[in-house]
Amino acid sequence: MLLTIFFVLSGIVVKAFDTPNDDGSSITITWHSDSTYKSYEILRGLNPNVQFDKICEANGKDTIFFDADVTPNKNYYYIIKGKNDSLINLSQIIGPIKSKTQFFNMFYLNLGICIAVLFFAIIFYIMRARSGGKLFIRRIPALNALEEAIGRATEMGKAVLYVPGIMDIDDPQTIASMSILARVAEKTASYGTTLYVPTSRSMAMSMAQQIVKESATKVGRPDWYNPDNIRYVTDDQFGYVSAVDGIMVRDRPAANLYLGTFYAESLILAETGHSTGAIQIAGTAMSDQLPFFVAACDFTLLGEELYAASAYLSQEPIQLGSLKGQDLGKLLFVMVILIGVISQLINWPVFYNLFNTCQP
Amino acid sequence: MKRTLPLIIVAGSGFFMLVAFFIPSKFFQDTSQTFQNWYIGVAAFFVFIGILNLVKINIEKIQRKLRDWRYCYILLFFLAFTMATGFIQGREGKAFLYMFYNFQTPLGATMFSLLAFFMASATFRAFRAKTPEATILLIAALLVMLGRIPVGYWIWHNYPDLVEWIMTGPNTAAKRGILFGIDLGLISMALRVLLGIERSYMGGGGE
Repeated sequence: MLLTIFFVLSGIVVKAFDTPNDDGSSITITWHSDSTYKSYEILRGLNPNVQFDKICEANGKDTIFFDADVTPNKNYYYIIKGKNDSLINLSQIIGPIKSKTQFFNMFYLNLGICIAVLFFAIIFYIMRARSGGKLFIRRIPALNALEEAIGRATEMGKAVLYVPGIMDIDDPQTIASMSILARVAEKTASYGTTLYVPTSRSMAMSMAQQIVKESATKVGRPDWYNPDNIRYVTDDQFGYVSAVDGIMVRDRPAANLYLGTFYAESLILAETGHSTGAIQIAGTAMSDQLPFFVAACDFTLLGEELYAASAYLSQEPIQLGSLKGQDLGKLLFVMVILIGVISQLINWPVFYNLFNTCQP
Repeated sequence: MKRTLPLIIVAGSGFFMLVAFFIPSKFFQDTSQTFQNWYIGVAAFFVFIGILNLVKINIEKIQRKLRDWRYCYILLFFLAFTMATGFIQGREGKAFLYMFYNFQTPLGATMFSLLAFFMASATFRAFRAKTPEATILLIAALLVMLGRIPVGYWIWHNYPDLVEWIMTGPNTAAKRGILFGIDLGLISMALRVLLGIERSYMGGGGE
């Protein structure tokens, strides 16, 4: 078979530019062609007059390549070689292209604005709370029921079971849960009620032990603290569930508190707790697990309420001020959403594009 | 000082990580990655703390002959045996993998399978039409369940589309509303922790 190779110095249109919003370690090369190729070779050189080296072979359907092996502030030149069985087509030399370190990642501009707005709203209300301004925070029934649940357990002479979720302390929900645990431990310690905290992560256990110990000391009951009641069980999801279910069935705690991150185990825990007749309060920011908790528990903290719980329980003006600031932020964002919906309905793209440009 | 130093560390490292998220320069990215690697290192060390806690509690239980103390022997034996096979043969060892696939996986699957029965019992309670909200939930659930099986299509060939609309319309809208609140709550809590307003995670109710 006679193989014919053509070199054509046109046909592939190439663009190369510094990849935006990175640390200057990448150059983006895009191309398109009217002809169809089986593959493309990306060639790179430091000088247009010397040999170019192949840095990558792309599929015929590809139209973009990120050259992540570049030094910032150094000139690079590129050629794309389109290849078929009998045809090789070269693009023109593109360059010089320099990569530069960007100071701010514009992809996250909308998130930055969001955080800044919330930050100032929270600071505003904290200052207002400090100056003695009265703040109204809506009632959260699940949190009001916490004391009732602990009181019930005390009256029955039974324990309180606190499940802080199955994730480690790098999860914000576990941090929120630990903050609530401090308040629960204060109450149980002052009433002298047994508190079980089985954990699925050893770091969470260590943190929980410290929190419960400090809380017991704070209410003047350091003797109440028993480190054996705050114990590590296993990292295995269903192994942990069977251990906690075992505590529920054997010891029959009068109050079960599930606060933290939960996955498939949420309903297994909550239904077992329901079968033992315990009063149950749950809270999670895992939206897929919320229906299960709502169905099986007496009270449920829905999403954001879990994060607000500690501040709500403290009733300290500064903490409540931060909650009020969060509500103001929420109001502002609801307004932005409404304006966005209206702008789309009346086909006014300016507002929409304001956010569209921020998409990665 | 006992509380001030941890607060300074939390605020300093927290704000640094926050700033590093927005600044793509090599210094910020490398340093934030180093912080995360430190966390992995600390977490790895805590595995031993967890195992020590497990062993201590079970040995104490045996010594004091507390309720169900005999089961502690089984736990300690398999803990030691699994660790020994893992250390001797490695993670890909025959005995280690045999135990994983023939003991741990079926036991986990057994617990998971209980979910089906618990789902039925929880659904039965949740769908009792006692209030207007529960009635709406019951109707929506019946519509969706019917639309997810062939009977729905037999009743009306556009029925699955109606179900799809319920899932992508009202259901997604409600879910996004919850997610929206969760994200704002998360940012707000993170700011409270970074600003040192929220301290109860250090114990003692934040005093």
